[in-house]
Amino acid sequence: MKNIFLIANKEIKTYIASPMAYIVAASFLAVTGFFFVASVSDAFAEASIRGFLAGAVFFLIFLSPAITMRLLSEEQKLGTLELLLTSPLKETEIVVGKFIAAFSIILLMFLLTIFYTIILLIYGVPDIGPIFTGYLGLILYGAATLSVGLFASALGPNQLVSLVVGSGILTTLTFIDFIANRLSPNVAKILNHLQLGGSFSVFDQQSFGISEGGHFADFARGIISLGDITYYFSITLIFLMLTILILESRRWR
Amino acid sequence: MINVKNLSKYYGDYPAVINISFELKKGDIVGLLGPNGAGKTTTMRVLTGFTPPTEGDVTIGGYDIIKDSLEIRKLIGYLPESVPLYLDMEVTDYLEFMGKIRGMSNSQIKKRLPEVIDTIGLGEYRNVLVGKLSKGYRQRTGIAQAILHEPKILILDEPTIGIDPVQVIETRGLIKELGGNHTLILSSHILPEVSMICKRVLVIHEGKIVADDKPSVLSEKLKTSEQIELTIRSKNITEILKELRNFNFIIDARENIVNQITNKNDETINLIVEVKPENNAQEIIAKSVIEKGWGLVRLNSVPMTLEEIFMQVTTDEKPKE
Repeated sequence: MKNIFLIANKEIKTYIASPMAYIVAASFLAVTGFFFVASVSDAFAEASIRGFLAGAVFFLIFLSPAITMRLLSEEQKLGTLELLLTSPLKETEIVVGKFIAAFSIILLMFLLTIFYTIILLIYGVPDIGPIFTGYLGLILYGAATLSVGLFASALGPNQLVSLVVGSGILTTLTFIDFIANRLSPNVAKILNHLQLGGSFSVFDQQSFGISEGGHFADFARGIISLGDITYYFSITLIFLMLTILILESRRWR
Repeated sequence: MINVKNLSKYYGDYPAVINISFELKKGDIVGLLGPNGAGKTTTMRVLTGFTPPTEGDVTIGGYDIIKDSLEIRKLIGYLPESVPLYLDMEVTDYLEFMGKIRGMSNSQIKKRLPEVIDTIGLGEYRNVLVGKLSKGYRQRTGIAQAILHEPKILILDEPTIGIDPVQVIETRGLIKELGGNHTLILSSHILPEVSMICKRVLVIHEGKIVADDKPSVLSEKLKTSEQIELTIRSKNITEILKELRNFNFIIDARENIVNQITNKNDETINLIVEVKPENNAQEIIAKSVIEKGWGLVRLNSVPMTLEEIFMQVTTDEKPKE
């Protein structure tokens, strides 16, 4: 436990000291702000954060791997992984510590978006329930995407490759319904269960994407379902475990 | 302390280390010597628990390298060849982090860190970003992280590679000082370095240990020839060379060009004579020089350098048993 904290602490410090974290946070605010404004500026627009959520769910496909790409790729490139792995640290402690660091950054980023809700409270009467569940969903979704990103980062020393692979996996999981609906009904059923975010009508201004399909839709509507929570937890755990396995596999070779 | 038995390591089909065995006691200072790709780094990576052996047993401090890897890692301070450092951290932050992941408490670090920074000579640079340090100071930082937690075993992979000559000398001095407190394993392809620092040398070539002894004994054991430096007051070099080459125990006699240049004003000739070791060559040469009436100024037998021994054990011919 102490070791996890040590790794997490070091990584958070590195994030704060580097411009990367600020660029990521700024672009996240810019993109989600854009979606938020688009969703509330019509005459009869609903006072909700669904526009923001749609933007966040979409943008995190690229942003989460960008946050995590450094974490293990750089260790491999600098060779410092050799020092970590020859220290009395377990692979699990390294991976979980790094995950916690990235997760803290993303939570901080989400915290900054609270002012969307404040704007809604000032100019309208938003329903607080869906805002609460929306953030809960976003936190779970964020954890899952970071876990995939961290897995990609473990694959090799090149950060750009990690980013592309991470985003690639997340994009595939997001659009999996496109292919699922063209396969036999039984296969489609299974694949649809694997769908990550909203079905992608994000580009449709009316629905803002998260009203149908995927495991995020219910959170956006104000519904907490055990299935959705289990799904995001499972994705997070599975990819963290795969990351640990990749690090451990160095010992088998 | 360290017990390696029939260790082999294959990367796929490629054998990096083949069936090596050795034993180190507490406080031993050992040099792994060999050309690039000989298997030095692989051996060290197995000892540090970074890569598992394909075959063979390795025990360190009574622990098995596979079963108790975590315990072994607590005993070891390690500097890999590439000197991996976090470039975006300050020197003290980096060292504190490395100390903590090696299980040091805050108070231990507080006490130990200034000592180490002092020993290593990093004082001026304690608050500089590691990325801004010169190669020599990065090397020092690397050594600092390896000794910070006072490990029983210190493993340094090519610690003087890629730094300038002054820093090389300083680093060697530093390592020599460290030797007293640790069991030290050092790899190098620079031979005088090993003979200077280490009390025992393992020569590794193509994954096998081809020699294992004290540097001095090694040169005695493997000696197939001996060199004699000879200074004669005479001008007739051809005659002298001709005379010397008549002896059947003399393998070669040639002018010592280096000395010839520095002693240009003297009316002397400097020669290097290579002889077979069994004979009392010096006496015979001295006698013959005096009988000829040449002035014998100096006669000096030169021990063979590790370079020459190294060339002998690593060329395709088997060394003499």
